[in-house]
Amino acid sequence: MTTLLLAQTAAAEGVARSASILVKLDSIWPEVALFLATCVVMVVGLSPRLAIRRWSAPIAGVGLVAAGILAWWSPETAGPLPHLLPYAKMMIAGVGLLLLLLVAGTVDRTEEGLIASGRIPFNPLRTNRAEFYAFVLFSLTGAMLCASADDLIWLFLALELTSLPTYIMVTISQGGRAGARAQEAGVKYFFLGALGAAVFLFGFALLYGATGTTKLPEMAAFFADHSIEASPIGLLGMILAVLGVGFKIAAVPMHLYTPDVYEGAASPVSAFLAFVPKTAGFIAIILLVSTAGWVHGAGHSLPEPVRLTLWIMAFLTMTWGNVLALLQTSVKRILAYSSIAHAGYMLVGVIAGPQGTSITTNGLAAVLFYLLAYGVMNIGAFGVLACLERTGPDGEVREVETIDDLRGLCATHPALGWTMVLCAASLLGLPPLLGFWAKVPLFTSAISAGEIPLVVVLGLNSAIAAFYYLRLVAYPLLEQPEGAAPLPRPTPFVSRALASILAAAGVVVLAIAGNALMDASRRAAEAPPAGQVTPHADSQHP
Amino acid sequence: MILYALIFVPVVFALLIAARPVRDARQLALIGTLLPVGLVAWLLFSFDWDLAAQFQFPSTIPWFTALGGIERGDVALGGVQLSVGVDSVSLMLVALTVLLGPICVAGSFSAITERVKTYYAWLVALQGAMTAVFLARDLVLFYVAFEFTLVPMWVLISLWGSTNRRKAATRFFLYTFTGSMIALAGLVYVVWTAAGIRGYWTFDIGDLSLFARLHLTASEQAWVMLALLAGFAVKVPLFPVHTWLPLAHTEAPTAGSVILAGVLLKLGTYGIYRFVLPFCPIAAWEYAPTVAAVSIVGIVYAGLICWVQTDVKKLVAYSSVAHLGFCILGMFSFNTAGLTGSVLYMVNHGLSTGALFLMIGMVYERYHTRSMKELGGLASRMPVWATFMVFFTLASVGLPGLNGFVSEFLCLMGAFQSNTGIVDGAGATSGRLGPWYAAIAGTGMIVAAMYLLLMVGHIVWGPLREPHGHAAHHEHGHDEGRANPPGAETHGSPLPRDLSWREIGILIPLAVACIALGVFPKPLLDGLKDPVNAIAAQVVGAGVKARTAGLPPAQEAAP
Repeated sequence: MTTLLLAQTAAAEGVARSASILVKLDSIWPEVALFLATCVVMVVGLSPRLAIRRWSAPIAGVGLVAAGILAWWSPETAGPLPHLLPYAKMMIAGVGLLLLLLVAGTVDRTEEGLIASGRIPFNPLRTNRAEFYAFVLFSLTGAMLCASADDLIWLFLALELTSLPTYIMVTISQGGRAGARAQEAGVKYFFLGALGAAVFLFGFALLYGATGTTKLPEMAAFFADHSIEASPIGLLGMILAVLGVGFKIAAVPMHLYTPDVYEGAASPVSAFLAFVPKTAGFIAIILLVSTAGWVHGAGHSLPEPVRLTLWIMAFLTMTWGNVLALLQTSVKRILAYSSIAHAGYMLVGVIAGPQGTSITTNGLAAVLFYLLAYGVMNIGAFGVLACLERTGPDGEVREVETIDDLRGLCATHPALGWTMVLCAASLLGLPPLLGFWAKVPLFTSAISAGEIPLVVVLGLNSAIAAFYYLRLVAYPLLEQPEGAAPLPRPTPFVSRALASILAAAGVVVLAIAGNALMDASRRAAEAPPAGQVTPHADSQHP
Repeated sequence: MILYALIFVPVVFALLIAARPVRDARQLALIGTLLPVGLVAWLLFSFDWDLAAQFQFPSTIPWFTALGGIERGDVALGGVQLSVGVDSVSLMLVALTVLLGPICVAGSFSAITERVKTYYAWLVALQGAMTAVFLARDLVLFYVAFEFTLVPMWVLISLWGSTNRRKAATRFFLYTFTGSMIALAGLVYVVWTAAGIRGYWTFDIGDLSLFARLHLTASEQAWVMLALLAGFAVKVPLFPVHTWLPLAHTEAPTAGSVILAGVLLKLGTYGIYRFVLPFCPIAAWEYAPTVAAVSIVGIVYAGLICWVQTDVKKLVAYSSVAHLGFCILGMFSFNTAGLTGSVLYMVNHGLSTGALFLMIGMVYERYHTRSMKELGGLASRMPVWATFMVFFTLASVGLPGLNGFVSEFLCLMGAFQSNTGIVDGAGATSGRLGPWYAAIAGTGMIVAAMYLLLMVGHIVWGPLREPHGHAAHHEHGHDEGRANPPGAETHGSPLPRDLSWREIGILIPLAVACIALGVFPKPLLDGLKDPVNAIAAQVVGAGVKARTAGLPPAQEAAP
């Protein structure tokens, strides 16, 4: 509470910079822990001895656990969601741990696989695993920093810290012949990412021009006095900022990179891309649009042009993602388009906004819960792909990719097969799995906000999605493995299988006992204490 | 607790079947479906029939209370609860479900030879899900169970169906899934309205019925009804959205067809009974003639299609569309006779059509064909089978003295009396239908008699016709010179030419139930009267009130 007061006074009076940094330090201990872990990982990773270098992944894991624990004591912030930090950072750390398990052995897959199975000795010059773990941690740090952001510059840096390491992760994630595709994907991702960054940076600049401040609380105060709708520059800035950040969440029209990049990158990295930048992007969008609406606007809604932008984005993103996913045969492309569609679903929650105290009315709580659920089930789905490999005709070991590779997986590798079945069914939103429980709050909050056409679109899109998710369920569960072609075999990386199976278990267990997590997301999205706002869903009723 | 046991015993047994070796699968499946029969038998005796309209044996376990629940003092209110309860309508349908369970399991012993464990695990799990639909007193629990039933049925059709199975299964899944997503939007809308007045979100079905009835405007009700019908009418299926059904039924394995016709279609009618009527009484009242007209079109249209069918299974499948049209017609007549008949129709249709699918499955196992062109005069080959076939066909046609007659008659009587001012027992008299509806639907009965009797006449009586391989087998021995005729694999099958004792054993309970419900339906009718009258009174009350209060009729305000 003291911190909150301090932060508010600091923001209001614009006190000396040093004081405000000290205050900020309070809210970024998890990031500090992650950063320290990153440094240690990089130093350890330079060791020429395998015995020492092997510690890099466990140290990264310890860093994430420490960050997750430290996040518990995160202070309240002055933003629209004062209690966001503990939930957001623990979610990022928790899902990050699963992702860390999943990325094991990603770089130079063949080499690492041979080392892991003990067939060739360790060669310190041929492997760069430690850097890879450092990039993972850097990116997660960036996502966490997004949640703490209260300044446009900070937000920009945090978003870029999230994305920059992922450009490299994509590029180096595959070796051999697939390496060329990964590099192509990396380049595409980088250039389009730079374009996205330029767009939202331009938006930020216009916002600064319109309000004369880069501080989000001050911007909010400014827009409370002068409606953004009266300021064309501010409005343009806000829309550009949202569109640009749309790159991070893979929303139309900034979604173009998604299928190619997800397909080119190794599956664990694709899983990473589908969760970490998306989380950072959604938090950024929430922080940005909250300065112009919700808390200050009449009826606690967004200014109409912003709402309309988000509405069109949500509509196109859902529909485009789902319809194109129907046409794919590569599982990675299916999951990429599904990732676009899920971004559209979550935008519905953003449009609904933070009304009321319950997750049923608070769209932001619904988004936060959906992010967690999506992270878990997505890791399961990509994890299955990451756990399987096959030897191509040229003798090169490569990841499985096409849906045919999943044929009869439940019979040949039951654990992986069922993981795919459960996670795909959950992504579809089939009751009683986790994805259903994540989708219900989106439905209820959108209806509470009066967005009934959007709810119908959401429902119809879920039905379209059934077409392709059903194939992801049917191929492992119902088909028989093909006789002639060599079957995919599991990779030697046990931790990947562990991550996938943990995700599948999460999809089931959280559907039975996820109440506490749902409650946590509800608390995370609680509105600031009285005085600033008095949102109440029940008063919204016509 | 006993209601939870009804839901979770099958689920536990499904997991057991999956975990144990293949040789235990059949026994476990049989135990897992027979235990609920025992529980329901006990339930039928301990149920207080004087308070049949009340939900008895209620239990509640908090589930997702964060979903809109609040704490007022130290009492937690609202949120998603795992709450169950049973009134006489639910009890009837649960009884039907658990009765068909062991019959389906035992009926599959000889038909299912591949992936046996998977088959029985899904079959038994499906029992649990269907029971949960009828027992749920929480909207989300209902929806979860309602949707989950899709998965086992989808697997059953896709893996053990006939040639076109994957297409049939996928179409079945997508049709119903799409429908129920729209229904979900409608249900959530009702919950949200109630939450606006309550101050917290409750998913309790009883609470919601009350709130929806009192607070939804006529136009809101019309929209909600449209959304709910999108979900439930697909499941029933009503006339324009029935096209998934013939394919799914025809392709499904025998037990799958039995469950599909016997119970899964009833989820739709039950949904209409449990949600559409109580949630949107004014709209139901306003649109009753429309719905009735649609169901009458379905009755006649499906009947005419049946007339020209040569595939026996498809014929019975289309007959379901016609039969459930009667069920909906009775339901929308809003009087005691019609509603009682409608609920009874759900049970009776499950018994007789389920039995017909079993009979056809038995023939199919022996001859590997369902075509009327290839089968005929089977009475001389399979006298016992022929006896049962004729019996169940008559039950389905509605021969007085058998079960189908009672419910069909009541549905038609309900439609006839609706809006004629004839006072029956409860005083719930005026509806929106009338003699014309009953008269036109009555022609459907005649058509039904024609096609069903024609079918029986063709394959049971008449000159003997068997598929070629079999004729060769029976009359000339094995050395006919035909290389591998289509039915060759039957030669090695353990099935006798006529029914085995196992097959007779599974038909007898159904036959007994058909006779019992046909000859002495009174206890059942009495038991159903209270809940049915309550619903009728709600709908008629709301409808009449809306009319007399001078509210604009829903037609003008809504779609």
